[in-house]
This record gives sequence, structure tokens and C-alpha cells, in this order.
Amino acid sequence: MYSPSRSAILVVVATVIGMTSSCARETRILQPPPPGQATLNSVQVSGINPGAYPLPPPPPPNIYEESAYSVSQGQTLFQEYNCSGCHANGGGGMGPPLMDNNWIYGSEPQNIFATIMEGRPNGMPSFRNRIPEYQAWEIVGYVRSLAGLLPSDLSAARTDEMNVKPNPTPSQKPVGITGNPE
Amino acid sequence: MTKDLEEVHAPGKRSLALLSILLFGASLMAGSGRAQDSTQQPQTESNYQPPTYPGQIEKDDGEWLRPAKDYASTRYSSLDQITRANAKDLKVVATFSTGLTKGEEAAPLVIGDTLYVITPFPNKLYALDLGKPGFPLKWTYDPLPTPASQGEACCDVVNRGGSYYDGKIFYNTLDDQTVSVDAKTGREVWKVRVGDINRGETLTMAPLVVKGKVLVGISGGEMGVRGWLEALDAKDGKLIWRAYSTGPDKDVLIGPNFKPFYAKDRGQDLGVKTWPPDAWRIGGGSVWGWISYDADLNLIYYGTSNPGPWNAAARPGDNKWTAGIFARNPDTGEAVWYYQYSPHDTYDYDGVNENVLVDLKINNQVRKVILHPDRNGYVYVIDRTNGQVIEANPFVPITTSTGVNLQTGQLQYVADKATITGKVVRDLCPTAPGAKDWQPSAFSPRTGLLYIPHNNLCMDKEDLAVNYIAGTPYVGANVRMYNAPGGYGGAFTAWDPITGKIVWNDPDMFPVWSGALATAGDVVFYGTMEGWFKAVDANTGKVLWQFKTGSGVIGQPVTFKAPDGKQYVAVLAGVGGWSGAIVSGALDPRDTSAALGFAGVMKDLPKYTAPGGTLYVFALP
Repeated sequence: MYSPSRSAILVVVATVIGMTSSCARETRILQPPPPGQATLNSVQVSGINPGAYPLPPPPPPNIYEESAYSVSQGQTLFQEYNCSGCHANGGGGMGPPLMDNNWIYGSEPQNIFATIMEGRPNGMPSFRNRIPEYQAWEIVGYVRSLAGLLPSDLSAARTDEMNVKPNPTPSQKPVGITGNPE
Repeated sequence: MTKDLEEVHAPGKRSLALLSILLFGASLMAGSGRAQDSTQQPQTESNYQPPTYPGQIEKDDGEWLRPAKDYASTRYSSLDQITRANAKDLKVVATFSTGLTKGEEAAPLVIGDTLYVITPFPNKLYALDLGKPGFPLKWTYDPLPTPASQGEACCDVVNRGGSYYDGKIFYNTLDDQTVSVDAKTGREVWKVRVGDINRGETLTMAPLVVKGKVLVGISGGEMGVRGWLEALDAKDGKLIWRAYSTGPDKDVLIGPNFKPFYAKDRGQDLGVKTWPPDAWRIGGGSVWGWISYDADLNLIYYGTSNPGPWNAAARPGDNKWTAGIFARNPDTGEAVWYYQYSPHDTYDYDGVNENVLVDLKINNQVRKVILHPDRNGYVYVIDRTNGQVIEANPFVPITTSTGVNLQTGQLQYVADKATITGKVVRDLCPTAPGAKDWQPSAFSPRTGLLYIPHNNLCMDKEDLAVNYIAGTPYVGANVRMYNAPGGYGGAFTAWDPITGKIVWNDPDMFPVWSGALATAGDVVFYGTMEGWFKAVDANTGKVLWQFKTGSGVIGQPVTFKAPDGKQYVAVLAGVGGWSGAIVSGALDPRDTSAALGFAGVMKDLPKYTAPGGTLYVFALP
């Protein structure tokens, strides 16, 4: 039986849910968690587990990629810390591209955080003690958005600068723990 | 104009159709190259008659001891077994894989019965035995450079070769070490560190040995390095002198014997005064190109790179001594003259391209000159005794300048094309890699022509605010490139240095990023990024023979006579370099600013070639 009042309730509920999620998009983390809370090295880089043990549980999410504000901050920091000097606007140059979703050292937030903080042997510098951890997590969010790994409403808008790349498009998700090594 | 057309052709379907065809045609023309407003166009000439060469070419022993064949950097060999008539019969006689997927830019060296291959990072040195069939491997030398250095090289991890002197091979590693290796045994004689990757310094250039001194220059014009050239004792690697490209006169080795031709280059400590305070300390002027040597004048010649950062708002002034050429005494390093091609460069017009030392009869007078095709689009003819610019003629379309004032030596910039922070300035020709990048030209005394492999590109550039963080790039610009008028990306051009005109031109869809080789058989060799290695007629450019290698060719072809008395031609294939980074670095061209703006215009390259370094040696049956 059709009930107008029930339908109205559904609309209200849907609206509230929609508002809540769009509000989360705007969340700002005013008090970053203390440094060192990061789950560094808790994500394995290899997809092989000797002895056929099951894969570990998925890592905790990066709270800094749950709001468009943080991702947008990451975009600014990506320029300010000169990440763009090597990785361009995602297409790469001196460093590998970040928008092709081909991950040498893993696509999980913790993998990318470790890459920024510890560096990697073939030329990635270590930014430990040079970038506050929360800013590194914001950069992680932006880097993952370049590859289309974040929902499109969280991805940073295009800047006022020369339009040098298409807006982030969801690309093929990597299978398993990481993508292909080069 | 539309209205006029409509009035002439009274309204009717037919004339409208005609109109739309006309408009479509016009838009097609505009689309083929957006920079239609070039202020300078190269000129061509027909009925070229080769003059008798009034100079001397260094005596040739059929070997290849130095990066550019001879001290004059002609890349000309007097071997003549391979001719225009028989070049079509060339066949592969040996190959050798480097096992690497980075750009192979080095010229093989040939000393006696051995051929030497120097690879990109990890900079191994292979010795091949020319005395046995198939040229088998004799030994390998591995300098073990640190892998981290790969993150400090602006434009692929290339190496441009080495030099032979006194029984040793001298070359550089990406992580700033110069090595001396016994040419017979492969044993390391010495290895010295001359730079620091944490300051963005790397080594990619081919050292030249002059009078027992190994001349080494630093790379890193995009990393905020302070450029220098230094002389190491060939015996033990000890530093003899170092000449900086910026800073006070005592560091630049400018003293009482410094006599630049033009007034603008005279004055005290211009390497400090033409910069904002301390900007010269991170101002570029690296020395990653070629060195030439004139024994009679006892002078070496080399160019300095672009000033840094690319965003020129950070460094008002002429930014001496960047983007210019130094003549120095090789014994002491002291500067004798200097000329600045691109003062206060805003387009990445490094001055490091090769300086080919030849004698030319100009106005019935034989002059000792330098031929220098610069990134800014002009082929310079410079008096190498004093630094006077005799001629400067465009060899590609140019929009950024209107010419060179021969009275003052000043490049005449176009005000509309000045770059501004936060503004996109369009149709800048040539581009950041220049009318011609590192790819060295060759000169044949038989034809009197300079054979120039080069680019045909334009760009849009937006300067951005930039922070200096040591060990990371110091650029500050978004760049995107596209093909220049003509619609092609590069060409191989024969240039008459006396009239300053093109004699023949062979366009290619991509920049021609390989070196050139001229021979006494009147056959000229070069390669394309698609992977065609070509032998062409030195007089006409007609392709006599071509061979498809396993990867794009960006290396420098050489020719030599093996112990069997036969003439061979060798080249390394293996695409990469700045232009080929899209393949060797697997870049994503959806970001047109990738590879400092080169990726967009090279987006089709992965459809034509894949990475992989291989040496090819060719000979007649």
C-alpha cells in the first residue's frame, strides 16, 4: 500500500544522509593526531606470503584523504615541497609518473607515506624530519587522487595554473597489494 | 573578410560551400603549427657549390679517441671505403646489448683493436675485441655508482661518452665520479669524486683530455647547482684548476688576460653583479656539453648552461656567465674571452652545444671560426681568436628574438614573449630544449657543410613561484610543447655556414636526437627516434641506406678502421634522453608538463619504439 508520509520520510532520510556525506567532504582536521601514530611498515609491499598464509587485514584508512580540503592542501604542498619538480603534475619526469596507477612500491596510503618519509633507493629523497607527518599524509591523499584512487568529489579541483593534465579520472584499480614493479 | 567573400560570391549554396572549404583550409593551416607569427625564418639556397676547404683537419688514424673524433669537434672521418655508391650494401656485422632501458647517448671509442662502450647509469664500461669475429667481450668495468644519483639527473640518466689518453679511458659516472681505467686490462687506475648529489650535481658529459688534463664539467642546470669546469691531472686525478660559471672573478678565473670582444661582457665581478644578492650561488651555468681545443691558439672552448631557476623573475640581470661561451687557457684555466648568447635567459636556452672549430673564407679572408648551432635558434659563426660574432642566422623558425646585433653582440628579444609569473605565454619558438639540444652536428671539409640534427618545436610557458630545496629541481615553470610550423618535430639539416642558409633539409616526425657523423666517402650518418639508422648523401641528403634498430637512436655514430683494414660504422641504439624520457621513464603524457614539458609533444613515441640499449656495428660485405 502506498503511503505518502512514508515516502516523505524516505526523502528526508536520503537528504540527511546526503548532507552528512557532503559535510564529511568538507571536514577539516584542526588537531592532527600526534606524530608516530602512523601505521608505518604495517603494510607489506610484496603480494607473496610464503607458506600460503592469508594476507594481513587491510590497513587503517588515511583520514586525510576523506576530506576534499585535506586533498587540496596536499595539492598545494605537492608544489611547495617541489614534488612537482620531479613528478611534474602527475605525469613524471625525473621521477616516475603518479597518475598512471602503476605503483613500484605500493599504492596503499602507508606505502606512499613510507616512500615520502624514508625515500626509495633509485632516487626518491627522504623527507623525514623535513615535512610534518600530517602534511605528508595530505600529500599521500593528493598523490592517490592523481591516480584516480579517491572518489571524484574528494579529488582536488584544477588549479588556476596552465591546464597541463586532464581532471583525475578513475583508472584501473591495482590488483592485489601493489601494482607492477618497473 | 568573410563579408567580402559573401558579397563577391552572391549568396548561394555553392559559394557558401566554397567559403567553408576556404575557412576549413585556413583552420587546418593554423592547426598545423600555431606559431605562424615567427619573426625569423631560416632561408634556403639552391645550386650550392662546395668551396675548397682552406683549413687543416687533424690527421686521422682510423680510430675514435675523443668524444667528437678530433679536438676541433668536427665528427669527420677521412675513411672513405663506404661511399655514396656502395653504402646501400651495408650489413650488420656485430651487436652487443647493454641490457639497459635508459637513453644511450655515448659515442663508442675505438683504440687499436678494441671498441669501448660506455653506458648510461650504472655507467659500465665494456671492451669489445675487434680482432675476433663478432667482436666478443674482452672485459667489463663497473664503477658502482650510487643508485640515488638517478634522482638527481634532470633528463634521463644518460652518459655522453669518454676520452682516451695515455693508455687510459677517462669518463664520468652519474654520481659525480671521474674514473681512469686502463684501456688494456680494464683495471681502475683512479676514481675521484668531484661533486655531490645532495647539491643536485651529476655528471653526464664526456670529458676531454687536453695536455694531460682531464676536463670535467658538472650537470644540474635544473637543480640550482653552481656550474663549473675543472681540470684533473690525468696521472692521478688531482685537481689542477676549477673555473666556476658564476660568482666573483677569482672563482671564475677571470684575470688580467680576460678580453671579451663586446663591452657588455667587461667589468669587475659581473658574475655577482648581474644577479640579485647570492642568487649566483644557485644560478646554474652548468657545463654539461662539449669541449673543443685549438692547439695553435692554446685555447679550449665550451658553453655554459641556462641560468636557474627557469622562472627568470627570481634573477633579474644578465646572469653572467650563464648561457654563453668561454675561451680559456687549458694550462691555468684562466678565461681569455667570453660571449653571452642569451643574456638573462628565460627559455632554458643553454649555451652548451658543440663548438666546431673550422677555418672559413669569409669576404676573401680566411678566418679561424667556431660554428655553433645554439638552442636559441641561430647558427653562430664566431671568430675564435677574440670572440667576435661574425654571423648569426636562424636555422629554425624563431619568435622569441628578432636577431643578433653584430655591433653589440646583443640578442634582440621580443618583448611580447617575455615570460611572467602566473601568466601563460604562448608560441615561444624555439622551446626549452632549444632549436637544438645536446645532439652534436658534424662538419665535412669536402662539402663545407655543417650537418645539424635538431628539433622543430614551439612551447607555451607559465612561470611559477619556486622554492629552492637543495637536491631537488629548481625550475618554477609549467611548459607544454608542440610541433613548430611545418608540423614535424625535428629535422636533419645541411647548413652552409658561409651564407647562413639551409642547403637541404630532411624533416622527421620526432626531434632528431642523435649525433651526426660525416665521412670522406661523402656519406653522412644519423639516426631517428623511431629507430632508423640512416646513411645519406652528403651533397643532397638522399637516403642511400637505412636500417631499423631495436630501439630509437639517440646515440652518436662513429666510424673506424678495424685491424682487418676495413671501415666500420658503429652506433648505440636505445631511446631515452629528455625527448625520449616518455619511453625510457614510462611517463604519462596525459600530463603535458611531464618531462619538463616534453612529454605532450612526444606522446606518440611509445607507439613507435620501446626502450633497450644495443650497439650495432655495420660494414660492407
